[in-house]
Amino acid sequence: MRKIFLFSVAMFAFVISGAARADSAAPATTKMVDMPSGEAVYRHICQSCHMADGLGAVGAGARIPALAHNPRLQIASYPATVILNGYGGMPWFSGMLNDRQVADVVAYIRTHFGNDYKDPLNPADVAFMRLHLTPEAE
Amino acid sequence: MAGPSHAPLQTRRQLLGRIGTLAGSAALYQAMTSMGHAMGTDFSGPPNLSGAKPGTSVLVLGAGLAGMLSAYELRKAGYDVQVLEFQTRSGGRNISLRGGDTVAELGGATQKVGFAAGNYLNPGPWRIPYHHQALLHYCREFGVQLEPFIELNHNSWLHSTGFFGGKVVRYRELAADFTGFTAELLAKAVDQHKLDDLVSADEVAYLKNAMRGWGALTPDLQYTKGTLSSLRRGFEKPQGGGPDGAPVPSELMNRDEIWKSGMWNWMAFHERLDMQTTMFQPVGGMDSIGKAFARQLPGLIHLNCKVTAIHQDNSGVSVTYNDMGHSGAVRHARADYCVCTIPLSILSQLDVQVSDGMKAAIAAVPYGSSVKLGLEFKRRFWEEDDKIYGGISFTNQPISQVSYPSHGIFSKGPAVLLGGYMFGPAAYDFAGMTPQERLEKGIKQGLAFHPQYRKEFLNGVSYAWSRTPWTLGCCALWSEEARKTHYQALCAVDQRVVLAGEHASYVGCWQEGAVLSALDAVTRLHKRALGAA
Repeated sequence: MRKIFLFSVAMFAFVISGAARADSAAPATTKMVDMPSGEAVYRHICQSCHMADGLGAVGAGARIPALAHNPRLQIASYPATVILNGYGGMPWFSGMLNDRQVADVVAYIRTHFGNDYKDPLNPADVAFMRLHLTPEAE
Repeated sequence: MAGPSHAPLQTRRQLLGRIGTLAGSAALYQAMTSMGHAMGTDFSGPPNLSGAKPGTSVLVLGAGLAGMLSAYELRKAGYDVQVLEFQTRSGGRNISLRGGDTVAELGGATQKVGFAAGNYLNPGPWRIPYHHQALLHYCREFGVQLEPFIELNHNSWLHSTGFFGGKVVRYRELAADFTGFTAELLAKAVDQHKLDDLVSADEVAYLKNAMRGWGALTPDLQYTKGTLSSLRRGFEKPQGGGPDGAPVPSELMNRDEIWKSGMWNWMAFHERLDMQTTMFQPVGGMDSIGKAFARQLPGLIHLNCKVTAIHQDNSGVSVTYNDMGHSGAVRHARADYCVCTIPLSILSQLDVQVSDGMKAAIAAVPYGSSVKLGLEFKRRFWEEDDKIYGGISFTNQPISQVSYPSHGIFSKGPAVLLGGYMFGPAAYDFAGMTPQERLEKGIKQGLAFHPQYRKEFLNGVSYAWSRTPWTLGCCALWSEEARKTHYQALCAVDQRVVLAGEHASYVGCWQEGAVLSALDAVTRLHKRALGAA
């Protein structure tokens, strides 16, 4: 299992980050805010890179892809796979987000920012996808 | 020379070789990881390269520490070296922010730093462990003045919202009580013969004695309120002079709450090899190092060059870039070899002509998110009111910590502290906020330690690495699986191109990793260049 991002375990105030993360901030991950909706997941996680308006950004010869008006979101399993596994410079979120949160945020980005794909992705679908993750993202 | 290690490097390499032969690469990796943790970084001295074929050229991409050090060592070896850098400054992630600086991040937010003269924030690397001997070697060689960085301060605060009524406790109080209670339990268990199957009879007396001394226990093995414990954790009324000088012992913390709180994690943190004292920082800001490196390369660093493609053939390497100082004009640079230190988050999106294996490796390493907050206050209330001189206060709130400046202690006037340092989830959360929201959250959470925050606040700046145009993150996040699958391919000399940077090291996210990677990369490239006669 990847050790850097772990589920917040409610009964403890701290979750030890198993990997000694170099010049990392602290020995324990701090409490994560509640993310009860797809929008909340987007605001607290995704928009750090994809921006509040879903437009992404362009940096030094590289970009953060826009989610707005993005035809790749047609198939729900595509963004779900990217979220679980990571992609290029984007980290994996299989440890940080549970099945419900992945399904929620996939639904959110597919129905906002000029996207209009209404077929839902169920948490059970995400759970099934987890079974097929590369060993790296487990 | 074995640096800070306890055993000669030769022995370690031989042993790792044997482990690799006998048990395969997975075991080798495991062994290297654990031995790496045990022994510090692998530096025995500068590479002393020499004898480059006259007229051989090397193009270095990126003027961070890895790039500049590569250029420095290759030029010493006799190569013609040029460095292309995207930014309008050299130094890469070795950076300090001062009054008048501008922070422009992806998404459009721009901050003007308002710090008073002499104050600074190191948004990237900020401390150097004593065993990062490669970096320290070059600091000495290039005349970078270093001073102690205070990592552990027994008088700093610890805070957890769910425990001890949400009140702050001093590090020394928690450390004394955790150690005392632990020692008491172990000493009593041995004394009452509850560990007879684990502890031999002749061990018992020594163990009891050790626990008594280590934990500040009374002769009858109690960790209890009194002079012994207060000489560790501090007195309720401190020792004084004269007739009323007698101290009053302090109350102990609640034992089972100590285990439950997990606050002992912050004690364990300082025991990691990476975090042990002595730590150092450059006088005047971390960028003193980058500036000193740049001074070794007069006229060789070309700023404003946005690399878009790296191609190679049998006769050399061709790099295409936009000259951002001239309206983005497309230009080409050619050399016999190339050291590429561009972060993988960027490089994975460029047109790079390397083997499929190296391409896959470049695309396989995501970058972490990290945010730092620098807050300037009118005065050093943490020193004046709370007697905290340097070090770190920890909290389980998203800001995770407040770190006090190790320099300028006891000085008057405004000072800057690190008001938050987030990795992982909290870093995503903070990076997604506006700079103003980040500061407001940082101040609100910091009030748990310092009620003086609002009254004394002057200004602040935040730095979100995931929104930094030239890295799109703070550093490479290697998973163990990706390391096994891709690391060797990433580090290989690919015809005429070699990669360097913290991402091509086992000391990820530290400057030491960039330095060690660069030294290794140029050494192997030099061999390749000499062999390709």
